Amino acid sequence: MAYIDIHRLGKTFGSGARAVRALESIDLSIGQNEFVTFVGASGCGKSTLLRVIGGLESYDEGSLAVAGTPVSGPGVDRAMVFQHYSLYPWLTVRENIRFCRRLAAHRADSTSADVEAASGRADALVELMGLGHVASAYPNQLSGGMQQRVAIARALMSRPPILLMDEPFGALDAQTREVMHDCIRYVHKLERSTIVFVTHDVDEAIYLGQRVVLMAPRPGRIDTVYDVPLPAVRDQDMKLAPEFLALKREILERIRETSGMKTDLELLKKLNMQSAQAA
Amino acid sequence: MWALRAGIGQRAYWALAIGGLALPLLAWIALSASGAVDKVFLPGPADVLARLQTWWVEDGLMGDIAISTWRVVAGWALSAVIALPLGLFIGSYRAVQATLEPLTDFIRYMPAVAFIPLVMLWVGIDESAKVAIIFIGTFFQMVLMVAEDVRRVPMAQIEAAQTMGASQREIIELVIVPSAKPALLDTLRVTMGWAWTYLVVAELVAASSGVGFAILKAQRFLQTDKIFAGILLIGAIGLLMDQGFRWAHRRAFPWMHGRH
Repeated sequence: MAYIDIHRLGKTFGSGARAVRALESIDLSIGQNEFVTFVGASGCGKSTLLRVIGGLESYDEGSLAVAGTPVSGPGVDRAMVFQHYSLYPWLTVRENIRFCRRLAAHRADSTSADVEAASGRADALVELMGLGHVASAYPNQLSGGMQQRVAIARALMSRPPILLMDEPFGALDAQTREVMHDCIRYVHKLERSTIVFVTHDVDEAIYLGQRVVLMAPRPGRIDTVYDVPLPAVRDQDMKLAPEFLALKREILERIRETSGMKTDLELLKKLNMQSAQAA
Repeated sequence: MWALRAGIGQRAYWALAIGGLALPLLAWIALSASGAVDKVFLPGPADVLARLQTWWVEDGLMGDIAISTWRVVAGWALSAVIALPLGLFIGSYRAVQATLEPLTDFIRYMPAVAFIPLVMLWVGIDESAKVAIIFIGTFFQMVLMVAEDVRRVPMAQIEAAQTMGASQREIIELVIVPSAKPALLDTLRVTMGWAWTYLVVAELVAASSGVGFAILKAQRFLQTDKIFAGILLIGAIGLLMDQGFRWAHRRAFPWMHGRH
């Protein structure tokens, strides 16, 4: 059943007195076509864990397998979408989306039918992401939201079973972000991809995920895994539903408790008291 | 007008640029016309122009320009041919960086002029000696700049290719090189300027022609107007080449210069 299988995985950055325990005994199973989101205070290792799954970082202990095969580096079965600066500015939107076709890994024993299918696939992705009118523009001529749509389309081009997303909408404004949320949910449904999505935005984590994994720092570990009590088909109004808000409250409280930022909390308490006295 | 980094109009830009060039010229004209300074110390623009004309008619100005340009371009091109691949490896692999960068840093602080006796000893005193001096003056700086250009390629561009299954070779050919190209062309432009500054030094070595040699010879005869003419000539050629590089940059990388 488990498609991505993480077992007692651990990772340490550096060594000796300066060693930082980035990930401590991570146990998690992610099913095929599941949409899992990761949240947590900064330094909790959520991005590191995603990069480990993507094969961009190594791990020191435990095991990590995708479809039964141990992960030992990046692979075409796991596409990754980054927060920014990952597009190739010298290529047009369409050329960016088709980039994987330049790589031997995707051209191996390619027939003319495959080449044609790839062309159709690129067209379909341009349409799906609403990029038809900018297909021959260069990335730096596009807004941030459009650039991220190109990045998603490029990641989807080779039909990877797994899509890893590292705060892909973190640099976008709130309105654009909402549009992207529905866009990525549609992609998930249409492409039947397994999506692992890292964010610092709790609303985003709940709205997108079937499960929300809350991580905690020092050492980076999984704190709680929440099942999202929302139907499979979602709309923006659900962000105001009582069950959504209840879960949001629970997660936010837990993030504050685990963040270990005592000084911040004390400062906040003091400010609140002062403003109450002034009133 | 004085808002930080605020844009100014195209017109204002050109007006200021021309003003910036004209102002010292006017000061020069005024100072030499006033007669306050002896002509031996500060020849007037008219003297320099007249000298330039006799140089052209009687002294083979074009030949001097041609041979100097050839020396500079040859020395610069030779260093580019080696610095580009070497810098690419220094910027891509930490092991190569650790091996070569401190050494390059060490050598680049050595003055090129000091190498003249060694160059004469090792390379001789013919054309290759002049090219070698220009090479020594530009190469070590160029390697470090190329390495830095390569290191500036965003990691996300490289990692995106890795997650798409690109091999190391493919990442270098399809991501790092095209991504660094605009910066590399800028590095070539800047180092071309430096190559010109080594011209006079290079033509210290048993030269009998060239703009730098003409300046050195004029020094012996206290022909200040010719020294002026030579220096201005080098500046003008440099400016022209710089503009050529900028034009090539706009042509080669339209995606950088497009609207935002």
